[in-house]
Amino acid sequence: MHNTWTYILVMFAVTYLVRVLPLTIFRKPIKSRFVKSFLYYVPYVTLALMTFPAIIDATQTPIAGILALAAGVIAAFFGAGLLPVSAICCAAVLMTELIVL
Amino acid sequence: MRNDCDLRKKLRADAFRSGIKDAVPIGLGYLAVSFSLGITARNAGLSAFQGGVASFLCLASAGEYAGFTLIAASASLAEMALMMLIINLRYMLMSLALSQKTDPHMPFFHRLLFGGAVTDELFAVNIARPGLLDPWYFYGGMAIAVPLWTAGTCIGIVAGNVLPARIVSALSVALYGMFIAIIVPPARKDKFIAVIIAVCFAASFAVQRLPLLSGINSGTKTIILTLIIASAAAVIRPKDPGAVPEKEAPDA
Repeated sequence: MHNTWTYILVMFAVTYLVRVLPLTIFRKPIKSRFVKSFLYYVPYVTLALMTFPAIIDATQTPIAGILALAAGVIAAFFGAGLLPVSAICCAAVLMTELIVL
Repeated sequence: MRNDCDLRKKLRADAFRSGIKDAVPIGLGYLAVSFSLGITARNAGLSAFQGGVASFLCLASAGEYAGFTLIAASASLAEMALMMLIINLRYMLMSLALSQKTDPHMPFFHRLLFGGAVTDELFAVNIARPGLLDPWYFYGGMAIAVPLWTAGTCIGIVAGNVLPARIVSALSVALYGMFIAIIVPPARKDKFIAVIIAVCFAASFAVQRLPLLSGINSGTKTIILTLIIASAAAVIRPKDPGAVPEKEAPDA
């Protein structure tokens, strides 16, 4: 059992170093074609992995999450920006759960 | 010279404002997520002040959640450090990607400041901006995201279950809506990215739901699948040298 502040300090120190070391050490442009391509795909992969199935677990009922996903994809496909897409997803959940629950 | 200086100040202010604007949906999503994180923190015995400080410093949903769980379990500090390293490893990949987009001549202290705030969402909006990374755009995002993330945690600890479940449920998808808004437009232009996203959805679902694999926590799952899928994509279709992740500026 340690002091809560000690735990928080460790949480902060490790999290901060993980983020800042690559920005302060790897400061020269990367030459490797593979590494560049890999880094190009990382954001799409990470965001997609974190979106599904998490979105259907975030809501009270899975169907609301599925409909939010569908509504968001359609809205984004037709060019809606960040805030509108987010709002549409929230509205889809609210309406679905008003009907279903 | 004076005009030059004024112009630079104006550009900074523009970038800062634009960062604020793009971070509004992020902040709203954060408020909902950190609210529920606050409930976890309260269960681990943290005061609102302690939870607020932890959120202000760490700015990590999965990382803090795991951290609070370990505090509740009176884990060792070594366990805590290892867990933070593993669960936050994806930030290393994100910072690495950002470092490739950062002007080598940018004053060094900027890296120490915005580097601490590389979250999934702030990373996403910054990497999506065409051209070199602008620290002032990043700071604009932080100016919205950090206070709301911190406040949400404190409110969650103090207020517990005051918000109706319906509202929490609806707000909790704001974050995913933002992810969708970022990955769908490039997928529309490039079928290969659309295929990658479909593969990610399927793989992510399989790992979470298959009985043999479901013991893997979501941070580890994200690390392992990111390494596998992004490597496979890089082998199948390498990008031209010099390519950096560039998408349309969201909501421009």
